[in-house]
Amino acid sequence: MCNCSCNAEPALSEKDRRLVELLNKYRTVPGALIPVLQEAQEIYGYLPAEVLQKVARELQIPLAKVYGVVTFYSQFHLKPRGRNIIRVCLGTACHVRGGAKIFEALQKKLAVEDGETTADLRFTLESVACIGACGLAPVIMINHDTHGRLTPEKLTEILSKYE
Amino acid sequence: MQNLMEACCRQCTHSPLTPCSDYISCRLEGPLCHDSELCKEARQDWIRTIQQPAEGKKRLLICAGTGCIASGSRPLKEHLEKELTARGLRRDVDIILTGCHGFCEQGPILIVEPGKTFYCRVQTEDVDEIVEQHLLREERVDRLLYREPGSGEAVFAYPEIRFYARQKRIVLQNCGHINPEDIGEYVALQGYQGLRKALSMERGAVIEELKRSGLRGRGGAGFLTGMKWEFTANAPGEKKYIICNADEGDPGAFMDRSVLEGDPHAVIEGMLIAAHAIGADEGYIYVRAEYPLAIERLQIAIGQAEKYGLLGTNILGTGFNFNLHIKAGAGAFVCGEETALLTSIEGNRGMPRVRPPFPAVKGLWDKPTNINNVETYANVPHILRHGADWYAQMGTRTSKGSKVFALTGKVNNTGLVEVPMGLPLREIIFDIGGGIRDHKPFKAVQIGGPSGGCLPESMLDLPVDYDSLTAAGAMVGSGGLVVMDEETCMVDIARFFLSFTQKESCGKCTPCREGTKRMLEILTRMTQGEGRPGDVEALEELAQVVKDSSLCGLGQTAPNPVLTTLRYFRHEYEAHIQEKRCPAGACSALLTYQIEADRCIGCTLCARVCPVNCISGKPKEAHVIDSTRCIKCGACKDKCKFNAVSRR
Repeated sequence: MCNCSCNAEPALSEKDRRLVELLNKYRTVPGALIPVLQEAQEIYGYLPAEVLQKVARELQIPLAKVYGVVTFYSQFHLKPRGRNIIRVCLGTACHVRGGAKIFEALQKKLAVEDGETTADLRFTLESVACIGACGLAPVIMINHDTHGRLTPEKLTEILSKYE
Repeated sequence: MQNLMEACCRQCTHSPLTPCSDYISCRLEGPLCHDSELCKEARQDWIRTIQQPAEGKKRLLICAGTGCIASGSRPLKEHLEKELTARGLRRDVDIILTGCHGFCEQGPILIVEPGKTFYCRVQTEDVDEIVEQHLLREERVDRLLYREPGSGEAVFAYPEIRFYARQKRIVLQNCGHINPEDIGEYVALQGYQGLRKALSMERGAVIEELKRSGLRGRGGAGFLTGMKWEFTANAPGEKKYIICNADEGDPGAFMDRSVLEGDPHAVIEGMLIAAHAIGADEGYIYVRAEYPLAIERLQIAIGQAEKYGLLGTNILGTGFNFNLHIKAGAGAFVCGEETALLTSIEGNRGMPRVRPPFPAVKGLWDKPTNINNVETYANVPHILRHGADWYAQMGTRTSKGSKVFALTGKVNNTGLVEVPMGLPLREIIFDIGGGIRDHKPFKAVQIGGPSGGCLPESMLDLPVDYDSLTAAGAMVGSGGLVVMDEETCMVDIARFFLSFTQKESCGKCTPCREGTKRMLEILTRMTQGEGRPGDVEALEELAQVVKDSSLCGLGQTAPNPVLTTLRYFRHEYEAHIQEKRCPAGACSALLTYQIEADRCIGCTLCARVCPVNCISGKPKEAHVIDSTRCIKCGACKDKCKFNAVSRR
């Protein structure tokens, strides 16, 4: 008999363990689906199909409904995301002050379209409607940092700060 | 006593479990239950440090709103602390992080009290000079003072700046002047006095007071708040909910964010008063997920209110219970619509429901529910504290009080401005806003976000109130004011708003889902030089159908930007269709950039700024733009000192 544990229950990864805890916390809370998905996404970085299946099973909500909610809200993601998330504001004030030019320049520079991730998973590029920093238009957010009063020339230096 | 909210001595027995009905008054005038000069002095000491610094003590207020943080205000505090400690001054100076001053354009903002010296665009390099010159030698640092656009005159003190001098700050009163993470500062400035008063009144009397004040909803539709409360109060049912709509999604509006970040207790107090008046014991604040700082400050504020017995059970010993939860949105603009918001809290796709039944009768989990927005709730404590008559004397006949606008776009002073209802647009844009940037002529102002409209110069003397704006085809909406100059194309602006509402349409009503799509296609075609005769008429017809046959406010107002630009700027549409020309020079498909060989001296500046490297040429020789790769950003034109880049 070998000593390996190939027949034993596969050990739960740290992430899976946290998901179980999360589901236990919300099991009896009405209307919990959205906060559960939000916290699950924080654990995994995105929402893989297996996680959606598990959430549906454990909360006793049809998978179709879970999928419907995930695809309704822009905050949920079904694919892995980059290490750094760039959100380009295309709100009114930024639009008026040239936000679209910033967005185009970033698309060319990173060679990705809206919502896509670079092949090396370094950046995900997204457009957003307004991040409420209109006084500094045009603005982008990279992760939690807001960069304002931008011009296309400033982008190279800013991007170089994020690995 | 560690802070104003705590017991002065063992005789004070207030706690969430043993509430004292005089708790709030006691913090300001106390102690009330026993006589002690020592305790009284301790209280007054705290109040003084908050209201005005003690003799010789200085207070540095650093703005920590989202705008100023983005401009670099966070490292300022550390630098100041280090510098002050090094000079042995740390004990003589209080450094306080505040909420938003509304003048984000000038951030990071630092205010020195006493004297209200207003320093703007302060960077860490400037810290040394401020400490040395202002704090030690008592001389202002001239180069950091604000200068009025136009005259260039330096302004010494905060209230003298024209941007502030013309405002009437009620909702924004505390923003930027108190530490939003300390409930004691809010209480020292009369906070929770409105709640105290409301709790001493009959529920019906509170609603009457609100009705008499004439306060109307600040979130968009402008319905009378007191009336809304009354409907919910009168609806049958034991369990009722209070909801604060903080899903501020209109691009160009950020007043709710600033209030939540700068004065969160005002919103909590407003909700408490509403809950008491309506008979609700549970509430939710639905905040956009894009506002992490607002969520953080709210969590702190709710925690403090619970700790001192202002949220929870038997509040101030009156038997009134109220628990408050935060719900973070997940990124859907339509959830700002009240029925969609309810559906979202319940854990579903946030799609609107048919009204009636209104939420007042059948809201969250089918229980009577009152929903107001952040600014509306933030007005309520002031109304209770000063009375309905005081409130109703501001504003116009049908629009009472003040309104916060987010003034942005091509205006000199961008930021949050609070003015009495009824002030003409011209005063807001030219007096408070300091006029148009770079002395360019004014073209239009977009008011009310994607549901609002674009108003031309001829409408500048229009008083800003609910009814005048609606008559002009725009609306107060959430209060975004985006100023545009001659370089803004009105067809492109209409296309921009339509692309926004089209993307955010939840898809439930076919006319909104499909109609906005078709409208967007037509507008996009126009901006690409492929407009056809008949397009304008088709747009008008589609707009009417979408307006008439959509279930919620999103669809009903989505065509407004198109309709107002058609009403006031029809000639621009015609130029795009008939002449294939964009009069504003903004629609890039209708433009080409070229370098005039005879003017270009080959300085290479343009090639270096081009973000896509599509300009080639040897130094000292004329350069060429590769138009196939050009993204038409205009950076080369802006940079060229010889006017050699032409745009056609």
